[in-house]
Amino acid sequence: MANFNLNINGKSHTVDVDPSTPMLWVLRDHLNLVGTKYGCGIAQCGACTVHLDGTATRSCMLTVSMVGNSEITTIEGLSENGDHPVQKAWLEVDVPQCGYCQAGQIMTASALLQKNPNPSDEEIEMAMNGNICRCGTYIRIKKAVKLAAESNT
Amino acid sequence: MTTTSSALSRRSFIKGSALAGGGLLLSFNWLASCKLTPEEARALPKEWFQVNGFLKIGDNGMVTIMSPNPEGGQNVKTSMPMIVAEELDVDWDKVIVEQAPLDTEAFSFQFLGGSQAIRRGWNGLRTAGASARQMLREAAAQAWNVPVGEIETSSGTLHHKGSGKSAGYGEFASAAAQLPVPESVALKDITDFKIIGTSQKNVDAKKIVTGQPLFGMDTQEEGMLLAMIIHPPAFGMKLKSFDASKAKTMPGIRDVFKVKVLEDDYVRQHFDTCTFLEVVAVVGESTWDVMNAKKAVEVSWEPFEAYSEERVPYGGPAMTLNIPAGLENSEDHRQSMEEMAMKGATVARRDGDPEAAFRGADKVLERTYTAPFLAHNCMEPMNFYAHVTNESALLKGPLQKPELTEHALSERLGMPIENIDIQMTRLGGGYGRRSYAHWLIEAALISREVNAPVKLVYSREDDMTGGIYRSTYHATYRAALDKDNNLIGFHVKAGGIPESPLYANRFPAGAVENYLAESWTINSNITIGSFRAPRSNFMAGVEQSFLDELAELAGKDPIAFRLELLERAKNDPVGERNDYDPERYAVVLELVREKSQWKDGPSQDKRGVSAYFCHNSYAAHVLDLAVDNGRPMVQKVTCAIDCGIVVNPDAAQNLAEGGIVDGIGNALYGELTFKDGVPMKKNFDTYRMIRMTEAPKQIEIHFVENQIDPTGLGEPMFPPIFAALANALYQQTGKRQYDQPFTI
Ligand code: FES
Ligand code: FES
Repeated sequence: MANFNLNINGKSHTVDVDPSTPMLWVLRDHLNLVGTKYGCGIAQCGACTVHLDGTATRSCMLTVSMVGNSEITTIEGLSENGDHPVQKAWLEVDVPQCGYCQAGQIMTASALLQKNPNPSDEEIEMAMNGNICRCGTYIRIKKAVKLAAESNT
Repeated sequence: MTTTSSALSRRSFIKGSALAGGGLLLSFNWLASCKLTPEEARALPKEWFQVNGFLKIGDNGMVTIMSPNPEGGQNVKTSMPMIVAEELDVDWDKVIVEQAPLDTEAFSFQFLGGSQAIRRGWNGLRTAGASARQMLREAAAQAWNVPVGEIETSSGTLHHKGSGKSAGYGEFASAAAQLPVPESVALKDITDFKIIGTSQKNVDAKKIVTGQPLFGMDTQEEGMLLAMIIHPPAFGMKLKSFDASKAKTMPGIRDVFKVKVLEDDYVRQHFDTCTFLEVVAVVGESTWDVMNAKKAVEVSWEPFEAYSEERVPYGGPAMTLNIPAGLENSEDHRQSMEEMAMKGATVARRDGDPEAAFRGADKVLERTYTAPFLAHNCMEPMNFYAHVTNESALLKGPLQKPELTEHALSERLGMPIENIDIQMTRLGGGYGRRSYAHWLIEAALISREVNAPVKLVYSREDDMTGGIYRSTYHATYRAALDKDNNLIGFHVKAGGIPESPLYANRFPAGAVENYLAESWTINSNITIGSFRAPRSNFMAGVEQSFLDELAELAGKDPIAFRLELLERAKNDPVGERNDYDPERYAVVLELVREKSQWKDGPSQDKRGVSAYFCHNSYAAHVLDLAVDNGRPMVQKVTCAIDCGIVVNPDAAQNLAEGGIVDGIGNALYGELTFKDGVPMKKNFDTYRMIRMTEAPKQIEIHFVENQIDPTGLGEPMFPPIFAALANALYQQTGKRQYDQPFTI
């Protein structure tokens, strides 16, 4: 066990955990930030996606000891009032079915738009390909990413 | 207007009026458990009045509607309350939706499954809204001293024309809640609907996109421990012994012990399937502690002996299941299915003289199809929260058949059902898997053992290797054509391990003079369960692939060929047990033909068609395909569906799109194989799921407009898409697809 100072959603947190603990479980079990989801634990499904210094990162394979001073943003910290352009687009298109994968989808999409505000269809598909949606909402996800891109420009 | 008095809703009113005995009922549970948005909090009334089991009305006219059924992405939590709001005659933006707990007195059929929620809920939900509206009118009539028949409503307001009086529902909520429930009420005319048929957004969407806790996995309670299980690594194995001495000393670990999920003498009902009767539970303070400790438990397993088990299937008589011993292999499965298909089987239906038809045929087509076991792979792994004490049990989490699971839990704990409270969280997918809630019982037993609240979580690997799969199937189809290419004989022989997929009375039964349907099964110790559109998910794909090949042999356009058969079934049906309506079936085919701009002819350019009836609804697809570097790319799916009245069109469209994407994914990639009883895939690195690059570029959904009471939508899209894809692949590549997953 060791103490780690973490910068999450603009606030600093201290946790006392095993250094091998994935950030996913630090967020969910220790900080009660349960918006970040567990789907596979092996970086295959994208449900656990957070931003690490602005880059979409699978938190299930990111151990707490690797984080250092980097800034982590989770779905809870993406915007103050749930009004990030990507969240707004998701509501407008009414994307979710069961909804379980959607936090991860939104985090991947918002990181993409941060780097590439006007992605092509193919760029969207490539960026989102690491996020599985068993309910099959892909068409709406793509539509919402495009809508968010448009509303940004 | 129709008048309704249904036994189904009566129960909820008895309960509702009992609750409302004092007129005012403040539900503390509800306020405590409900997380409200700031707008909702501002709009909250000071007092709520429970009018019946489905709804309460606030003193300011806000309405809370209980959504009775589990929500797993089918959008019932929005669409079921919409139906109540319609008949209550309130504006949708005045409605707060709340997930109802399991309450068998207040509600009936609190199931997620069989695409039945809206169909079976329809009358009860309408009656609930209409009866509350009637009680409000009565209350106003008494206060204003005017005949109730003269009181009209609109948008949550009561009016009396003659006196010019008007008041919001909130003013009369208290009085209405004290009135007797009407014996019967008038329902709106369908053409007067204002909410039903309009697209309303998912009521949980804001919470989903902001990451607020909604799912069972998100449950956090004071003093709650985390638990995981270790189950046998192979089907055919059971727990022999374990040594947890090391694991118990690991940081954060509270206890490691054996859990016996069901007692030996318990007579299992349909949804009590439980793959591994004994598992090892590891309990600790955090998920990561427990995951690590699991690896340190030394467990030995041993093969089990063959056994039989009594089962009471859902709605059927008791039966005996024979579970063989042994470690099974997919290769052996394939071989035994081939052998079994050659033997005699149980005749499920026979019309005319099929043997003579085949003897006298000009052409005979025979084809065999197979499909593998499938894992459900809900994105939210199986989990449940339990807090069990000597007196009571509180359970909370995602499940599809709470009412049935409650029975099993009550037996296992030896606790009366009244002391058990099962609460439903949003399901991160179900697709049938969460109908078999053995993990709820496991969670309860673990909580009782450690005497603390516990959240049991399955790892993805535990989930994917834990059984309750879609069966593996096999079907041989034969058809006889006369010299004019009329279909004179049809024979389907279908079976599977361990379940047969056959539906003997489905199309083209009823459209062919000489028809034979046969069924067989092979026992297995690999457990199975419902999987999105059970059995249909195989039968549709293979039947519709076969009909496509048959149309080609007959030199006919595939849609015209099907319509010709449906015409026969309509005008001069063979047999009486045909379970489909040929007219509605033909309508979806005609609609998809029109909308996809189908060009008639026996040879189609890179597109495939398919249609099917299941779960009381009719669906037809046309799928356009390209192949890019050996990878099939679905360009467009055009779909026509008849599911009666569509309650929430945009949400219905979302669900239909999902069924199509899911079907394409399973057709191309879905497969679980076994070696010596061990599932060969454990996680998404090897179990391939459809991803965005592989999803159709475009999906167009067309609903047949009619005034028929709504039927299922969660499942009917799914089965026929397999064949639309197979038939399009054939047009592209010249190769027919006989085995799933498809290969190019
Ligand atoms: S849980 Fe991290 S990618 Fe699946
Ligand atoms: S919405 Fe259910 S998994 Fe994506």
